[in-house]
Amino acid sequence: MKVFLFVKKAAAKILIYASLLLAAFIALVPVVSCVITAFKPDEEYAATNVMELPAVWKSFSPSLAWIKEAFANFITAWQRADMLLAFRNTAIILFFVLLGSIMTGSMLAYVLSRFKFPGNGLIRSLFLFASLLPGIAMQVSLYRIMYELDFINTLYGYIIMQMGTDVISIYIFIQFFENISTSLDESAIMDGCTYFGVFFRILFPLLKPAIVTVLILKGVGTYNEYYAASLYLQDKTKYITVATCLYKFTGPLGNQYNLICAGLLITLLPALVIFILCQKQIYGGLTLGAVKG
Amino acid sequence: MKTGFDFARWFKGRKVQRFLVIFTFMAVPLLLLFVFTYLPFGEMVNFSFYNMRYTGTRTWVGLQNYIDVFRRDDCFGALKLSFYYMAGAVVQLMLALYFATLLSFRVRGGSFFKGAIFFPYLINGIAIGFIFKFFYTRGFVLDTVLGWCGFELDQLPFWLRDTNINNISLVATSVWRYMGQNMVLFIGAIMSVDGELYEASRLDGANRFQQFIHIILPNIRTIVMLNLILSITGSLSAFEPAYVITSGANGTATYFVLMDELAHVTQKVGLASAMAVVLLGMILLATLLQKLFFKYVFRSAEDEDKGAGARRERRLARYARRHKTGKGELRP
Repeated sequence: MKVFLFVKKAAAKILIYASLLLAAFIALVPVVSCVITAFKPDEEYAATNVMELPAVWKSFSPSLAWIKEAFANFITAWQRADMLLAFRNTAIILFFVLLGSIMTGSMLAYVLSRFKFPGNGLIRSLFLFASLLPGIAMQVSLYRIMYELDFINTLYGYIIMQMGTDVISIYIFIQFFENISTSLDESAIMDGCTYFGVFFRILFPLLKPAIVTVLILKGVGTYNEYYAASLYLQDKTKYITVATCLYKFTGPLGNQYNLICAGLLITLLPALVIFILCQKQIYGGLTLGAVKG
Repeated sequence: MKTGFDFARWFKGRKVQRFLVIFTFMAVPLLLLFVFTYLPFGEMVNFSFYNMRYTGTRTWVGLQNYIDVFRRDDCFGALKLSFYYMAGAVVQLMLALYFATLLSFRVRGGSFFKGAIFFPYLINGIAIGFIFKFFYTRGFVLDTVLGWCGFELDQLPFWLRDTNINNISLVATSVWRYMGQNMVLFIGAIMSVDGELYEASRLDGANRFQQFIHIILPNIRTIVMLNLILSITGSLSAFEPAYVITSGANGTATYFVLMDELAHVTQKVGLASAMAVVLLGMILLATLLQKLFFKYVFRSAEDEDKGAGARRERRLARYARRHKTGKGELRP
């Protein structure tokens, strides 16, 4: 009987780990194959199977010459796709979009959660309804509006559009405000603080965890956004972002996957670093953002 | 008299200030909401009645665009592809539930597995496009891996060109990308279940499968249902996999890929707007139906639970009575 139980337990364990290993394998293979390919020079890429390890890995030596040889594709991709410009543009976009959506989101959430006034419920439902409309569907007419506002091919136009309505961050802020006791506001007001003072001096500093969550969620979304960026930032010599600079590899370069893989790995790297550093906040933020409605 | 005047002024000051703070704090977000959501929404409905391009003159055509949406073979027919994405969504949720359950117990290397399965969610759309064009190319990654498992290259289809399989290939990339995100949500929900329940069930000798059926599933039912609902409306508006990987070639153009093409390549703005309005209507209808269904199912489930609880109490009372008087046996 004991042996039977032991065997059953061991079988269950094997099953669990086998399925986890398989899932991790499937999740990683597409990316790992890219890593392998990115280290192959043109001739080797043409001659070998894509899953065969690159020759340069086997001749590893900690010298500058080796690094130059191994990362040759990355350097070429960086130059071809003008990635310095792309990272600069994305940094500017990220800074202003995040600043803007955190300020507008937290201010709106403050008013909606702290004041009762006619229209409060209506405004909440307007935002909720907006989240039901799929963004792609609206692009048809949004394009025309961006055109009339002269927002096409300008960074600020794209930034203002991206700041737009982010229901999830507003919801996270509202939830957070509702967990802060209103007696804090009241005593500050008794002491002669204005409503603006209450918000900026007392409540805003307390919002830190919510701000981190929104920073991460909105940051990942903005960093990866490519559809609107390619539609509204059409001048590809000036306004490429980290996501859209990869479009440089379509067309004549379309089959040179060793170069393409190197390029896309460069764009993944910041996301990977942030992910490793802030795993907990990312998971927590997602869970918090998902319970809306 | 004087103090009364001061009080009135103070009162008025508060009121004015209250108005000011409400107005200034809401002006910008509401303006953004209006300009980038509701104005385009209104314009879209307006455009759908015209034959027009982005620039130049427009002509009023009434409902002709809507008739075209239903008459043209390519438009409405593209919605059939949604079934692939719906099936994919169900598979995705089941896998996510399975792995979330495994990873919410103590597993060696748990955070590695969690991270590896989740990471695809953080990759941008264009990179996804390149990765899977590469992955599915004949003789490349997928074919090589299948070769390790003993498949011959001649037995394998062209993953993105063969119309029997290419939509399934695309749906698989979507499952690959979003399963980890669902899993993280479910892990969060499972973790919020009271730990004592597991402890108690373990003492009662329940195994993991029984724990899953009787403790985990009932407790995270709400979030699973919510995700199911979101994924059904999501499948109607499926866009990204086909847009970035095949650009809608070889019969993979979903409804929105087609709409995007009509709007930005051939500039049939009116027809594209009508398509968007039709799909929005369907999504809103689906959401409404699901909300009603959700409400109905959950309320009836609660009623049933209450009924079951009451029945159990009556039974216990009867049992106690009989034991006390020592008459007869317990009958169910």
